[in-house]
Amino acid sequence: MNALRPPHPRAATLAVWWRNLKVWRRLLGPALAMNFGEPVLYLLGLGYGLGVFIQGMGGMPYLTFLASGIVASSAMTTASFEGMYSVFTRMVPQRTYEAILATPAEVDDIVAGEILWCATKSLVSAAAVLLVAVALGALEPRPGLLAVPAVVLLTGLAFAGPALVISALAPNYDFFNYYMVLVLTPLMILSGVFYPVETLPAAVRALVDFLPLVHAVDLARGLATDQPLDAPLRHVTVLGTYALVGAYLATVLFRRRLIR
Amino acid sequence: MTEPIVRAHALAKHYGALAAVAGIDFEIEPGICFGFLGPNGAGKTTTLRMCMGLSPPDGGRLEIFGLSLPRHGRRVRARMGVVPQADNLDPDFTVEENLRIYGRYFGLRRRILDTRIPALLEFAALAERAHARTEALSGGMKRRLTLARALINDPQLVVLDEPTTGLDPQARHLVWARLEQLRARGTTLLLTTHYMEEAERLCDRLVVMDHGSILDTGTPRELVNRHVEPEVVEIRNAPAHLEGHLLDGGCRIERVGSSLYCYTRRATALIEHLRDQPGLVFLHRPAGLEDVFLRLTGRELRDT
Ligand SMILES: Nc1ncnc2c1ncn2[C@@H]1O[C@H](COP(=O)(O)OP(=O)(O)OP(=O)(O)O)[C@@H](O)[C@H]1O
Ligand SMILES: [Mg+2]
Repeated sequence: MNALRPPHPRAATLAVWWRNLKVWRRLLGPALAMNFGEPVLYLLGLGYGLGVFIQGMGGMPYLTFLASGIVASSAMTTASFEGMYSVFTRMVPQRTYEAILATPAEVDDIVAGEILWCATKSLVSAAAVLLVAVALGALEPRPGLLAVPAVVLLTGLAFAGPALVISALAPNYDFFNYYMVLVLTPLMILSGVFYPVETLPAAVRALVDFLPLVHAVDLARGLATDQPLDAPLRHVTVLGTYALVGAYLATVLFRRRLIR
Repeated sequence: MTEPIVRAHALAKHYGALAAVAGIDFEIEPGICFGFLGPNGAGKTTTLRMCMGLSPPDGGRLEIFGLSLPRHGRRVRARMGVVPQADNLDPDFTVEENLRIYGRYFGLRRRILDTRIPALLEFAALAERAHARTEALSGGMKRRLTLARALINDPQLVVLDEPTTGLDPQARHLVWARLEQLRARGTTLLLTTHYMEEAERLCDRLVVMDHGSILDTGTPRELVNRHVEPEVVEIRNAPAHLEGHLLDGGCRIERVGSSLYCYTRRATALIEHLRDQPGLVFLHRPAGLEDVFLRLTGRELRDT
């Protein structure tokens, strides 16, 4: 069998997703505390704290600017953590995948199910951010908000694949530190979550444009604040490309790791 | 003659330069319990993984239910149950939930699971613990739950990798009783073990495996008859002068640590001689699989 063949997920994908949902529901309390607690801290701490010194940013109050950015970055962080730490836990210490592979389910189903699950968790955490932001008055409850989940879902998919790639390569948990320090943290700082990317040096700006988070931030901010979107098709294309290429590479690498 | 349910020919699997499975042939008739007996690193788990379609062989042919592997892995696994060497139950779920989610991977409908799960819990003597967290179970209960889980798809063939390793005697006997029940129902069992008692008790046919190769195949009785004399006298802390005498008496002698094993066709005269030696501790027993195993695989300690 060709190890590089395209992924072929089947119905068992949903069983994998459903398993994760059931575990998550069981541990709902701590999960939601994290989902709601973090945006509250960010918005209160940074938004109000810095907001005192900053008149406004990108033509809106700083708290609004920040909240609409964090919606996107929380989707990134959530999908990435799930795709690394949780996936690795299921793969190595818990041997969950070994158990699943003894059934008709296959590696492709596991990877597809995990990617869908990562995106689902992104949706939950971004929804929590939106609720907190509306409750704090950072965002107005406009119809545009209803389109934000679609962006968040796409963002979750765009980051899930790459996170699974890292998991498939990881010898242990410490390995994830590289991805955090070299990828996630720089993205968080450089992608227009805390300040507009226009202030970055042109070279950095050009580089950041090839990376997914800035596109997620632009889409989420535009929709959440009812501003006209610039180049929405390009944003969607970049995010979609990361999602597809990531899913493909993750599938190939998981096959290599699990079928020996 | 019924068609074999499993058929392997020149099956091989290498990891780098290591031949984990070095070209083996075996066939399993439906309805029997077939055992792989071998020391650590013999290649038992690797063979089972190939049977599951999860490890592509790099030589030979393998067919289960007439379907070739790994090509038809999905279809084969749909009709197969697996008890892995290390427990991989879902620790976040209850006993009942573990069975339910596993059924989902097979695409089984809720209605089927609703009837099958209580029956399996009964079978595994876990009905009282249906809502217990898996983490709270004893080792024996976990093993029984893993066995129940392997039966969720009502498989024709159940593959068990060291099903009782690490269990205490009571727990082990309970698992054996369940496996005997399964075989009585006509389910084919394929198991690996390094417990002779288990192999002797459960297996209709055995292969003894070491270093990736099959050393011999047969029923437990055939193997014993073929490789060792019918009677054994084990002597503890045997003094050195005894060895010469035993050899003269026509025994085949093996020394393991401070014990002597004398293999013979008739032990009567030997026993009489030993009775006359004050303070000598000895045991007279019929030869068994353990003796075959030690003869075929050697006595040096394995640590892989
Ligand atoms: N994925 C792997 N990569 C490299 N070597 C492997 C791999 N899996 C197994 N081996 C090697 O292949 C040989 C056979 O291993 P296998 O697990 O099949 O033995 P076993 O008979 O099941 O032993 P045990 O009784 O310890 O479970 C061993 O030397 C083992 O180290
Ligand atoms: Mg093994």
